[in-house]
Amino acid sequence: MKAAASRPNLVVVGSGMVGQAFVEECVENGLSAVYRIIVVGEEPRAAYDRVHLSEYIGERSAEELAIVAPDWYAQHDIELRTDVRVDAIDRSLAKLTLSDETCLEYARLILATGSYPFVPPIDGKDGPGRFVYRTLEDLDAMRAFAGSCERGVVIGGGLLGLEAANALRNLGLKADVVEFAPHLMATQLDPGGGQMLGELIAELGVGIYTSKATERIESDDDGPTRLVFADGESLATDMVVFSAGIRPRDELARDCGLELGERGGIVIDDACMTNDPLIYAIGEVALWQGRIFGLVGPGYAMAAAAAAHLAAEPEPRFAGADMSTELKLLGVDVASFGDAHARTEGARILCYRDEVARVYRRVVVSGDGSRLIGGTLVGDTHDYRPLLMKMRSQIDITNASAALALPAGLDRAGTDEGGVGDLPATAQVCSCNNVDKAALVAAIDGGAHDVASIKSATRAGTGCGGCAPMIGGLLSARLQELGHEVDQGLCEHFELNRQQLEDAIRAGEIRDFPTLLERCGRGGSGCEICKPVAASIFASTWNDHVLDPALVGLQDTNDRFLANLQKDGTYSVIPRVPAGEITPQQLMTIARVAEEYDLYTKITGGQRIDMFGARVDQLPDIWRALTDAGFESGHAYGKAVRTVKSCVGSTWCRFGVQDSVGLAVRIEERYKGIRAPHKLKLAVSGCTRECAEAQGKDVGIIATENGYNLYVCGNGGMRPRHADLLAVDLDEATLIRYVDRFLAFYIRTADRLQRTSVWLENLEGGLDYLRKVVVDDYLGIADELEAHLQSLVGSYRCEWKQTLEDPDKLALFRTFVNDDATDPAPLYVRERGQRRPLFEAEKV
Amino acid sequence: MSINNGTARCEQWQYVCAIQAIPESAGVAALVAGTQLAIFRVGERVYALDNYDPFSGANVISRGIVGDRAGTPKVASPVYKQSFSLENGACLDDEAVQLRVWAVRTVNGAVEVFA
Ligand code: SRM
Ligand SMILES: Cc1cc2nc3c(=O)[nH]c(=O)nc-3n(C[C@H](O)[C@H](O)[C@H](O)COP(=O)(O)OP(=O)(O)OC[C@H]3O[C@@H](n4cnc5c(N)ncnc54)[C@H](O)[C@@H]3O)c2cc1C
Ligand code: SF4
Ligand code: FES
Repeated sequence: MKAAASRPNLVVVGSGMVGQAFVEECVENGLSAVYRIIVVGEEPRAAYDRVHLSEYIGERSAEELAIVAPDWYAQHDIELRTDVRVDAIDRSLAKLTLSDETCLEYARLILATGSYPFVPPIDGKDGPGRFVYRTLEDLDAMRAFAGSCERGVVIGGGLLGLEAANALRNLGLKADVVEFAPHLMATQLDPGGGQMLGELIAELGVGIYTSKATERIESDDDGPTRLVFADGESLATDMVVFSAGIRPRDELARDCGLELGERGGIVIDDACMTNDPLIYAIGEVALWQGRIFGLVGPGYAMAAAAAAHLAAEPEPRFAGADMSTELKLLGVDVASFGDAHARTEGARILCYRDEVARVYRRVVVSGDGSRLIGGTLVGDTHDYRPLLMKMRSQIDITNASAALALPAGLDRAGTDEGGVGDLPATAQVCSCNNVDKAALVAAIDGGAHDVASIKSATRAGTGCGGCAPMIGGLLSARLQELGHEVDQGLCEHFELNRQQLEDAIRAGEIRDFPTLLERCGRGGSGCEICKPVAASIFASTWNDHVLDPALVGLQDTNDRFLANLQKDGTYSVIPRVPAGEITPQQLMTIARVAEEYDLYTKITGGQRIDMFGARVDQLPDIWRALTDAGFESGHAYGKAVRTVKSCVGSTWCRFGVQDSVGLAVRIEERYKGIRAPHKLKLAVSGCTRECAEAQGKDVGIIATENGYNLYVCGNGGMRPRHADLLAVDLDEATLIRYVDRFLAFYIRTADRLQRTSVWLENLEGGLDYLRKVVVDDYLGIADELEAHLQSLVGSYRCEWKQTLEDPDKLALFRTFVNDDATDPAPLYVRERGQRRPLFEAEKV
Repeated sequence: MSINNGTARCEQWQYVCAIQAIPESAGVAALVAGTQLAIFRVGERVYALDNYDPFSGANVISRGIVGDRAGTPKVASPVYKQSFSLENGACLDDEAVQLRVWAVRTVNGAVEVFA
């Protein structure tokens, strides 16, 4: 310890996100053994996640926002002094004066003091009910005051201002935003984008006042009463939040004569060193090549550079940072990248503005039109990453710039279903067989003009089959490029696509495949593509039993045996466990069945239990035992409603605001078994912590203090997609109505094997259009959609129960039509106490 | 014609099932002379192939969806979806693969296989 005592002091001023990152770098590169590290922070606690500060309003606690464990400092022999401010730096003595009237010597000094919110010098800016938005204490104060308020206003319509407005809403207030500039988010967005954002946010009930200079804040004893603007107009309010920009906290540096920028900020070089070689500055307080970086990412890069320089390592150095961002503000998607404001000399602009679907898109290209150099997207940011990639890789876009300006799904509709057009040639499309895009394109160019021949030429799509939609998308895109006419039909037997077939079946009241083939087909007898599609449409239109004689031949093997086919030809069994709620008795039933038939048992990712290794001839007996105990089919085998995942919710959880399990049970009971173009997964979370992961589901419901927020079109799996917020604070009846409409609309219009996520991405008009149809009944079909869904709900029967009651259907479950023997082929070993099939190499 | 499972047998037409036991445009599995067959019915026609799917190694061909590709009647394996001609057992997606085909007939509604 003697050596330790004599270590020179490395003092960090500011325990913010970047200061903390710096200390962690020091632990990693060994500097903490060389120096005695002391962190002095003015806030009452160690660094926390300021980026997610707003979630503190959403009931995330201070502990949950912490980014360091309480004992971390002790563990690493680092001293943390909180609630203490550094008041002065004496550079000649290399000494600090602290607000607790102690002094501290330093060998090296790191200034990580961040920034403070700028409050414009408005008459009446001080007093109760005025807030800034930077620290946990700021939010505590806002929360305490908001209790007695009805409406709040944010002065400043930048990124943070909009976050603050959302916080006001979450506190239950009517929120308004006042912005001096003519449009919102002026730093990131051009005027057109800012205006579209304003319109979208205004639709959510937030008042947007742009081009408004606030002259004074009037108040009474309780706090503010109204804002008065320079143009004489005024706005009533009960509280005011200032979010008019941030300023570097460079006062310490200024007082001790460190070099500052003209408009503030401590000047640093690539090693983050100031003009005093003993002092470094990092994070939002630092000014590099005339720029301040108001994001945490560049701050982290600075922390790494400073720590490396102190450790005499040559790398990394700070090299600036790209400020491209993609955000969701009050549920609106916004992205800005590169030279969004077209400041590059000669830059040219292409702009797309859709006031119907409310999508705005502007791309900035170099003067000669050959390079993408920036852009903004509002309302739909799906193309953000591909565009960013095109910009960063400097791809030649000569002649392609017009297409870049158009959202996917417009002129490119149908040609790029899987979104592969934007991928680079080296992107792996089929992960099972490691086939990249270039190989697929080569196969198509070499004459493979349908999916089957691409499969045999490249093996792509012959594994799990998950990449098939991408292969299909790539195929039609490439064929079009090559000047071929692309057949948009379902398969060689139908010229129509799924949606058109659905219309034909409904309008023509067609109930069997031969009739469908005769009326709509183009010859032949059908195949493994069109038959299951027809079966699916019949099921979601007429809801007859899938094993009825006219339908059984159309079913894929899973539907044909009402179980999931495994690789050895046996099946797995998943009873429905609505919302994941299960009694000990039910567990015992499952245990008994699994034991009797020696079924391998595991918990699924969907909150229920799967039993594997059942032979077709065993399925009816297994299901008899299960249905006798009250279980129903889980439809795990169908392109159908699967599970409604739930979290435990307000019944037990100390944070839950609604009974999420109860609602999930009701929802699963309502929609169970409904067949659709693809499987459907739902979830209900009891509060904003989202333990049920509802935003990864086709339909996600998150409880709020006032009801439920409805999210749609989320997806896990191959191409995960965050769900979009469709409507907020719904009561249960309205929620169900919207979900009914949503599901029916999807069932009627989606393509074959198209999850809701891809469906939405291809839906012209996107989310806004969907909202218009579902919420505003813009097409006037809401009643019809609800009636359709209700008819499916009304005609639900457990299809296993019905099968067990019907000898003709049971006859379908024999292994051999002419013999009671069973298939001797599957061979098993026991592993971890259960049975599993032999791997190929284990078979002798 | 063939010797199955090492057991020499006298080949003959053997009764398998009534034609109604096979769902229209679909298949069933049958055990004939120790061999698993996939027997399909398409209208009045009946086809018999190996039930063994060489791609998955499982005995499942009888559970595939029946249809046609460019007029050739075929069945698609339920596991990885390769198609096989019902007429000659050729795999339509991989020239190297072939299922055996069995002679099959219906006599007064009875399905018989020559094995
Ligand atoms: C019990 C369970 C809900 C349920 O009924 O299923 C649950 C319950 C809680 N979750 Fe969770 N989470 C549960 C699965 C999940 C999942 C799903 C999963 O992992 O499978 C998620 C989403 C995935 C993830 O981890 O992000 C999840 C995301 C969260 C979050 C949000 C984390 C985030 O950064 O986004 C929190 C809040 C936090 O940690 O800040 C959280 C916090 C909590 C806490 C610990 C809240 C707290 O601080 O007390 C809840 C405990 C309640 C209590 O009073 O005991 N729980 N939580 C789940 C326990 C699973 C288990 O195996 O034990
Ligand atoms: C609501 C909100 C949302 C945000 N969202 C994002 C986002 O989505 N993405 C993103 O990249 N960035 C975001 N930011 C910005 C991000 O939080 C900052 O870039 C980051 O926190 C900067 O880190 P820092 O360490 O430089 O400063 P800070 O985190 O501000 O830390 C500085 C610390 O130094 C202390 N201090 C200052 N002077 C002294 C002194 N004299 N003595 C002792 N202590 C002192 C301060 O009290 C403070 O604790 C957001 C910020 C806010 C407020
Ligand atoms: S279990 Fe439910 S209520 Fe509890 S924290 Fe998780 S989501 Fe919120
Ligand atoms: S990813 Fe191509 S077959 Fe699995």
